[in-house]
Amino acid sequence: MSIEVQNITKSFGNFLALNDVSLYIKSGELVALLGPSGSGKTTLLRIIAGLEEADEGSGPILFNNRNMKDSKIGDRGVGFVFQHYALFRHMTVFENVAFGLRVRPRTTRPDNGEIRRRVLELLRLVQLDTQADRYPHQLSGGQRQRVALARALAVEPQVLLLDEPFGALDAKVRVELRQWLRRLHDEIHLTSVFVTHDQDEALELADRVAVMNAGKIEQFATPNEVFHKPATEFVMNFLGSVNKFRGQVADGKVRLGEQFIMDVPENTEEAKLFVRPHELQISHTKVPNSFNLRAVITRIHSAGARVRVDLETHSGDAMTAEMTHSRLSELNLENGQDVYIVPSNIHVFGADEHAIEE
Amino acid sequence: MSIVRGNTDEPAWVRRLLILIAITFMALFLLLPLVLVFYCAFEEGLTTYWEALTDRRTLRAIGVTLLTIGIAVPLNVFFGIVAAWCLGKFNFRGKSLLISLIDLPFAVSPVIAGLLFVILFGMHSVLGEWLWSTFGIRILHSTTATVLATMFVTFPFVTRELLPIMQTQGTEEELAARVLGANGIQIFFRVTLPNIKWALLYGVVLCNARAMGEFGAVNVVSHGGKNNTLSLLIYETYQSDLVAAFAVSTLLALMAIVTLVLKTLIEMRTARKEGRSV
Amino acid sequence: MFRRQKRVLPGFRLTMGLTLVYLSFLVLIPFAGLILTVGGMSWEEYWAGVTSPRVLAAFRLTFGASFCAAMINAVFGFIVAWVLVRYRFPFRRLVDAMVDLPFAMPTAVSGVALLALFKRLGNALDVKIIFTEWGLLLALTFIGLPFVVRTLQPAIEDVEKELEEVSASLGANRWQTFCRVIFPSLRPALFTGFAMAFARALGEYGSVVFIAGTAMPIVSIEIAKNLQGNEEDMMIAVAIATTMLVASFLILFCINFIQFWMNRRYMETN
Repeated sequence: MSIEVQNITKSFGNFLALNDVSLYIKSGELVALLGPSGSGKTTLLRIIAGLEEADEGSGPILFNNRNMKDSKIGDRGVGFVFQHYALFRHMTVFENVAFGLRVRPRTTRPDNGEIRRRVLELLRLVQLDTQADRYPHQLSGGQRQRVALARALAVEPQVLLLDEPFGALDAKVRVELRQWLRRLHDEIHLTSVFVTHDQDEALELADRVAVMNAGKIEQFATPNEVFHKPATEFVMNFLGSVNKFRGQVADGKVRLGEQFIMDVPENTEEAKLFVRPHELQISHTKVPNSFNLRAVITRIHSAGARVRVDLETHSGDAMTAEMTHSRLSELNLENGQDVYIVPSNIHVFGADEHAIEE
Repeated sequence: MSIVRGNTDEPAWVRRLLILIAITFMALFLLLPLVLVFYCAFEEGLTTYWEALTDRRTLRAIGVTLLTIGIAVPLNVFFGIVAAWCLGKFNFRGKSLLISLIDLPFAVSPVIAGLLFVILFGMHSVLGEWLWSTFGIRILHSTTATVLATMFVTFPFVTRELLPIMQTQGTEEELAARVLGANGIQIFFRVTLPNIKWALLYGVVLCNARAMGEFGAVNVVSHGGKNNTLSLLIYETYQSDLVAAFAVSTLLALMAIVTLVLKTLIEMRTARKEGRSV
Repeated sequence: MFRRQKRVLPGFRLTMGLTLVYLSFLVLIPFAGLILTVGGMSWEEYWAGVTSPRVLAAFRLTFGASFCAAMINAVFGFIVAWVLVRYRFPFRRLVDAMVDLPFAMPTAVSGVALLALFKRLGNALDVKIIFTEWGLLLALTFIGLPFVVRTLQPAIEDVEKELEEVSASLGANRWQTFCRVIFPSLRPALFTGFAMAFARALGEYGSVVFIAGTAMPIVSIEIAKNLQGNEEDMMIAVAIATTMLVASFLILFCINFIQFWMNRRYMETN
């Protein structure tokens, strides 16, 4: 089932949580809403679910082109999973999963045998069939979240919405569970939207990522595109650390030092140049035909999969470069060394904070 | 402040119905009796009211009541703080037993509290007999008995308010003060007291309210007459002189209202401090 | 080591000593007196004291009326607590503060106030309330209300909004959500409030003596009356009082046990 929201605005008192947001999610897609806290991602998810109402004047919320704006949450056919699981603690795992079936009106309620069959099937799916008679507090965090997921799936929803589903879990369990969720999604192909503030999670799990900031969607694209072609300065900054350079704009050309970077429209006045640490090369000698900047190595962090090198330019700006361990030993770098830094890939943003395409 | 609950809230008519039931129930059951006390007291005019209040018996009862709270409240506050320090800042075996023992007066009906003192000091008891034959003192039916019974009934209030807050605050700040060289008295007045002052005030207010208005326990150990407290005077006069009974009641009812106002103010203050909206 | 670390703070011996001395004088010695007196009674004496027709009638009436009053409070107290926590309406804070009125109001004042109310109400409706079981029931309801409301309020505040939302998302209507999700999590608090109101009603004397008079058989009034009499009457009072003490300790034990059991069964263990 496809989901489309149009021109959604939502404010809490003076705080504008969502500012004219539109989004189209294809049927069967797994989409991440990624952003810092307060960016409106959870509010958007809750509005799609029907837990929150959009402000007057907002556009429709379409499920397969059917407007759900005035439907209650129970009638929308959504499964919702909360960060803190929200399991009913006075019910066993089995009863938690069976809840949605038991509260159906008598005419559509399956009989006990059917409920039992379906619940156990779901528990097998989430690999918890041996825990059916336990209470939530007897389970680990990861197990609880899988119960919450099975419970949401029990009502055979058309859409699965997950609010920071892995936020309350340990780092290790989190990685396991998200791989498991990806496999599950590939198996059942349910249109799913999840909220996260963890970029790794979003980039690894989602088919497409909507990066949100201050109530707006900054970019909605595949993980690859979001990472390699950030549409705005915010996306660039949010998805990893950056090195900033001052570029010069003149006559429709952006230059960094002597080097020509790209052509820009004539009326451009300002260009900000960003370089990711892994796109910043270090060299002992000047590299011809490139922008070279003198810098001093201040610190080498080599405890990790990749090496991070902190540098300071002669004008006092802090820079960071990232490289493999083998590259580090090749270069034979040391603290206090004077080197040249050379950007291998430069992202250019205009005064409006949007990327300037070549 | 309104809570955004989306469509997980009750339908509006249910909400209105429940609010109506709650308010009606409260108004009929709690507000109306309170209003009636004042209404009945002034029913026969201000003069009658004033005469009832300035009656010799009333003035004496006010005196006895003030004397009772003047002894019972300070003692209970002091020992309440002492007990809270002991229970809130240290761990030892038998701690929960001690807490239960301090709470015991709450679990006991006022009449039974009175009974304890009747048995202890009555003429049939060893202690009562001995006190009478050796010193010629009779404690039962004296103001001393009234004070003792009041102290018993109001003993747990201060500790009970202080203990939870002292336990949640732990001992870190006190230990820090200790490391910085403060002695016990300094630690208490400079570190502990500022943290617990509102809970303490609350405990004192409750203790005072109960001490002022205690009826059951005091009625059992007192003989009435010149040892009457205000509560006992109400009981003594309500059959013969209802207006006088109501006039005296207004004094205690006012005290109850002041107590409630203070309680609400203290709660609002603590809520604000904790950053909650009220 | 743990112990020594705790004792870095001064004043343990002093405060412990003072607490024990005060507690002994005020609570332990009087209770010891009661236990000695009870210990001095023979079983026959005790049994005769608590099984006389009047005392039995008093037990029946007191327990019955207290139970009914606690039930009424469980229902209306639940509504009041729910409304105060969940809804916003004019004078909410005033209503909230008023809940404590039966706590703050001296029982003698409650007594005369209810007397005045019931007299007028009785005249208006042409029914006799004072000196009847109805008056007793209403008075016991009055004094028990705060217990139910004040134990339920924090419990209702603690009901996580997510639980209700998840229930709604699974297709439950509001009534089903209430019955299957909200109410079960409030049951322990409701029971505790009920038991506290019940225990308080059992021992209530002040307001009851005004409403019910001394003619009706009520346990606390029987105790007080017998205390005024000779030594034999006093033994009867002691016998009744001991029985009531045991009853209220049993109720306290029940409350603690239920809470302990609930914690073990449903709450986080770590």
